[in-house]
Amino acid sequence: MDTTRLQDTSVAAATVAPVLTRPPAAQSTATGNGTETGERQIVFELSDVEVSYHGATAVRGVNLQVAAREITAFIGPSGCGKTTVLRSLNRMHDITPGARVEGRISYHGEDLYAAKVDVAEVRRRIGMVFQKPNPFPKSIHDNIAYGPRINGRRRGEIGDLVESALRRAALWDEVKDKLKQTALGLSGGQQQRLCIARALAVEPDVVLMDEPCSALDPIATARIEDLMQELKHDYTLVIVTHNMQQAARASDRTAFFTAEADEAGRRVGALVEFDRTEQLFTQPSDERTEGYISGRFG
Amino acid sequence: MTATTDASPPSLLTSGQQSASRKLRNHLATACILATVLIALIPLYFVIAFVVRKGGSTFGWSFLTQDPPIIDQLSGGGMFPAIVGTLIITAGATIMAVPLGILGAIYLNEYGQHSRLARVLRFLSEIMLGVPSIVMGLFIFTVITLHFKTLNGFAGSLALACLILPIVIRTSEEMLHLVPDELREGSYALGSRRVRTIRTVVLPNAAPGIVSGSLLAVARAAGETAPLLFVIGTVTSANHNLFSGPNTTLSVQIFHGATSPFVGAQNRAYAAALTLVLLTFVFTGLARLVTTIYARRSTAGA
Repeated sequence: MDTTRLQDTSVAAATVAPVLTRPPAAQSTATGNGTETGERQIVFELSDVEVSYHGATAVRGVNLQVAAREITAFIGPSGCGKTTVLRSLNRMHDITPGARVEGRISYHGEDLYAAKVDVAEVRRRIGMVFQKPNPFPKSIHDNIAYGPRINGRRRGEIGDLVESALRRAALWDEVKDKLKQTALGLSGGQQQRLCIARALAVEPDVVLMDEPCSALDPIATARIEDLMQELKHDYTLVIVTHNMQQAARASDRTAFFTAEADEAGRRVGALVEFDRTEQLFTQPSDERTEGYISGRFG
Repeated sequence: MTATTDASPPSLLTSGQQSASRKLRNHLATACILATVLIALIPLYFVIAFVVRKGGSTFGWSFLTQDPPIIDQLSGGGMFPAIVGTLIITAGATIMAVPLGILGAIYLNEYGQHSRLARVLRFLSEIMLGVPSIVMGLFIFTVITLHFKTLNGFAGSLALACLILPIVIRTSEEMLHLVPDELREGSYALGSRRVRTIRTVVLPNAAPGIVSGSLLAVARAAGETAPLLFVIGTVTSANHNLFSGPNTTLSVQIFHGATSPFVGAQNRAYAAALTLVLLTFVFTGLARLVTTIYARRSTAGA
């Protein structure tokens, strides 16, 4: 990405500035703005992103673009910084003491880390599903209703929102008769779909998924993968996975990260290759990528 | 356990000799653990049995509702003023210390965390935890009682509040610390702000533990004698006003009665001890009930 583009996006940032401060209902107009490259509409643009914890760099040199209504997968061995990069996309690092994000991350052309950005609004637009299912110890209904409630939706709307979120997460038929029961009684796979439904209930634009299937059995994993294909029509998905088959099956684009020793001998993560998934898995341009996907290391 | 019963043919899953000795050690360890539990229960049993036996005959409805006689030599009478005093003085201490302590714990665990200020506060609170109760009484005596030149129940409440504040902070912080970070992250990821996350996710999860911890602190306050001895004075008729005039509590009355040479006063002390035990019991039960209902409601999501 060259410097003229950078300026372009900052000009765009001025015009679409209210995206991250606008009330929940009005988001359809916002997605019309932003930067377009041909048909693909760019949601996230990362340039020279570096994340450090207490001064120690965890990952650096990340340049990539996430397009709307695609599934972008981050793969790589443990400690390569893929989760760290994912968490920088909804500013989750803000609550980690000592974490620091440098470089530029723009969301629909707007600087995600600008001082005036409202972090709560960022996280409402950019939802997240975690590695371990983390339903609140409340009823199924209240888990889904939590997001709409804190975002000020009226009491009357909540019932419908809960149902539509559960339907979109393919969980409605399994739980419609026990909405008042505790969510902790669900199986692991159901809990994870509940967490997806919970994220969808606030009507986000992007859903980030941090190894969403790593705690699940193959059947539950398959259901979540099917679900991702469904969600792709309406949402932009970014998933972190250490399951290469999952990335190959499910994603449109894949970013391969790896960790290598820096000058001081510390292991630092870096983005090696970012391409269309088919391209990356069949004709990787970097030998490290080839080594990883053919199982030579990682 | 049942593996050794089948001697022939040789089982693939047992290790013969070893499992017999393991069984023996298992029984020994179980017996030891059981014995320690019983030993721990012995003092509890004797305290309760002793208090019931010695105080049971004096205890009764009239004991709970009558004033004590003016002079110790007389027998009969009751502990009504001390019950009133215990309730209002402990309530005063609870109202001051518990909310403050919980807010302090929220600051330490949710905001301050490892910051310098939080570490200093945590250290000071720990020092406060180690201060003997009579020193708290002396502190209030010099700062409040000598300054205003009056004995009243509120000074007692203040002394007890100082005493239990660090306990409330410590236990509440511990309980907040136990709330998994995944739940906080789940809430933040939905666009929740910090205050909202604390109010709707962190506190409901920590509530049962915070209530239990606060309750232990309140029970401790209700039974304290030393900090009250020289700041609340004593009365023989009920003083319902926390802020004016001397007052008395069950614990102080137990101290007076038990150190008195007269049988009537001694019997009243035993009955007062029984009253205090029952009072603590009732409040513990009530708080448990409230916590259970609250926890059920927040998990069932009514």
